[in-house]
Amino acid sequence: MIEEIARTEQGDMVINLGPQHPATHGVLHLVITLNGETIKKVEPHLGYIHRSIEKMCECLSYRQFIYVTSRMDYLSSHINNHGSALCVEKGMQIEVPSRAKVIRVIMDELTRIASHELWWGAMAMDTGAFTPFFYAFRERETITDIMEETCGARLTMNYIVPGGVMADLHPDFQKKVKEFIKLFRAKTDEYNELVTGNVIFQNRMKGVGVLSKEDAISYGCTGPSARGSGVSCDIRKLYPYEVYDQVKFEEVIENGCDSFARYLVRIREMYQSIGIIEQLIDNIPEGDFQAKTKAVLKLPKGEFYSRVETARGELGVYIVSEGATTPYRIKFRSPGFSNLSALDHMARGSKIGDLVAMMGTLDLVIPDIDR
Amino acid sequence: MWSLSNIAGITQTWLNATFNPTIALWSEFVIVGVLVIALFAVLGLGLVYMERKVAAHIQIRLGPNRVGPMGIFQTTADTVKLIMKEGLTPDGSDHFLFNLAPFVVMIAAMLVLAPIAFAKNFQIWDINIGVLYVSAVSSISVIGILMAGWASNNKYSLLGAMRSGAQIVSYELSVGLSIISIVVLSGSLQLSDIIASQQDGWWIFKGHIPVIIAFVIFIIAVTAETNRAPFDLAEAESELTAGFHTEYSGMKFALFFLAEYINIFIVCAIGATLFFGGWMPLHIGNWQGFNQVMDYIPSSVWFISKTLFLIFLIMWFRWTFPRLRIDQLLNLEWKYLLPISMVNLLLITVMAIMKWHF
Repeated sequence: MIEEIARTEQGDMVINLGPQHPATHGVLHLVITLNGETIKKVEPHLGYIHRSIEKMCECLSYRQFIYVTSRMDYLSSHINNHGSALCVEKGMQIEVPSRAKVIRVIMDELTRIASHELWWGAMAMDTGAFTPFFYAFRERETITDIMEETCGARLTMNYIVPGGVMADLHPDFQKKVKEFIKLFRAKTDEYNELVTGNVIFQNRMKGVGVLSKEDAISYGCTGPSARGSGVSCDIRKLYPYEVYDQVKFEEVIENGCDSFARYLVRIREMYQSIGIIEQLIDNIPEGDFQAKTKAVLKLPKGEFYSRVETARGELGVYIVSEGATTPYRIKFRSPGFSNLSALDHMARGSKIGDLVAMMGTLDLVIPDIDR
Repeated sequence: MWSLSNIAGITQTWLNATFNPTIALWSEFVIVGVLVIALFAVLGLGLVYMERKVAAHIQIRLGPNRVGPMGIFQTTADTVKLIMKEGLTPDGSDHFLFNLAPFVVMIAAMLVLAPIAFAKNFQIWDINIGVLYVSAVSSISVIGILMAGWASNNKYSLLGAMRSGAQIVSYELSVGLSIISIVVLSGSLQLSDIIASQQDGWWIFKGHIPVIIAFVIFIIAVTAETNRAPFDLAEAESELTAGFHTEYSGMKFALFFLAEYINIFIVCAIGATLFFGGWMPLHIGNWQGFNQVMDYIPSSVWFISKTLFLIFLIMWFRWTFPRLRIDQLLNLEWKYLLPISMVNLLLITVMAIMKWHF
């Protein structure tokens, strides 16, 4: 730190944003070099909440480690579980029943909406508007209620097991989801009126935090953050898994490259997710919700990789197996880490207030970055 | 009969009859001082409670509802908590300035209360340059904020204080120009004269569109001057944690907090006095019956309700809008509000000379 100060030019101010700071939505530690209010450099320091999840997973069996992945990106925990289960299923060559596939996708999309709702509230709070946060939580609450009814948990669902899902759907599930869809359509228009159309908000977002298409690719950005820069990177379209190749949805791409484009991508993505749920909710096939699997899973010797589209981008799960009951090596490719790396490039030359808004549009979840 | 001016008059007569003039004058000073401090406390508690309820209503919540009926003692409980807390002074800070700053902010807020007419003939000090006095004294508070930010030895505080300085100094111009437009119309700097000039109608109704423009600019500028959202850059919770009062705790923090609400009250009281006729009841033309009914409502009620309406407006802004960025904030003032208010002042001057207003 002292060296850092010594290296900066005369008149620069080095400021520690975090680890405890209301803007970082967690414990991200950014060392910012400022000239007045203008940012010269942003340096993320990771490791404050490192829990060595990958190492923990290597000590657990193939059934158990899936639950630890919920604790990475806790806002899309279901999708993390999904990615890990896909990798194990790929290794074991388990055929997942079609009912389980559809259930998984519906839950994925519900999780995505819940995550984007929370992001929307936090995003508005980063730009200084407090009220949207409460509105976002009102709608998100109905999703978490549905989750709670189905699998007993609201945030870290642990609903997915290798070969299917843990339990069958709740009898009220379809009714509740349809009610939610109705509520959502009415309320999201209200959001757009309140925040998206606001002149102050648009001025804060447009032309700020520009990340060109080339830069987005070279920094390895994925998910809505990259799609706001015009990069087509939706895993659901490019490498379809489960039933994503059978449903109709659009990959949302905005070419604005700025904070507002990334904002719009997420807002529009929520509508796409609702569209997917609407297509599937009445067509859940009958049958088993879980394939019959062996009690102890042993992946054959080799390397397995699966990728899913979480609410933040591409999650890659890489397992190296030596044929034992526990994985030899696990590596997660988390979307937040790569997206965060673009922050310095985006933030240079802008004001400190915009840095907070940019972090909002990247939708950083710190436990995902710092596993 | 029981109007505030009568009570004040009776007290004064009794004091002068009982004691010699010097003692009477001094006891008047003491009574006024105690009243101002009491008003300070009551306003602070009341406005904080109001803010929390308004915010709760906007944010689909209930707000405070545990301490006392409807939670009205919540702010009292909070104040007791703040009094009992230790007032920490950080090690690296400038101790003298650090401890002085909250008092500078609070005293500036207290001083501005002097020329405000709370009811008919109820005014602490009817100074003949009242409007000038208000705008001069209210700008002292920026010194307190800069002091707090500088003395805290905290970079967030410093950033907040510098923002606040730039902001208050800029927006004072627009506030000044919109106040001057009413001075031009009424022809006096004395607040009682300005109120008297609205005998037959408030300026907001009498002054055509230019006065409405002046009022809108006034409301925007005072929101910025009191560091309220969408111009709360000095505090900017999501950016600077708490801005200039990050390092303050206990009662010293409470003084900043109170001063913020008193400042809101003051600017809204000035706004109500200048544009909405202060304590003047609402009169509509020659509609005798209506006017007489309106006259029955005490003047203090008129004043307080007008002020509360403006305060509600400012609270409404806070819970609706996102925050501006510092360069956008200064652009808004120097590129838009200031030129508009200058042209507007010119229009109003022409209007006043030609007697085009009602």
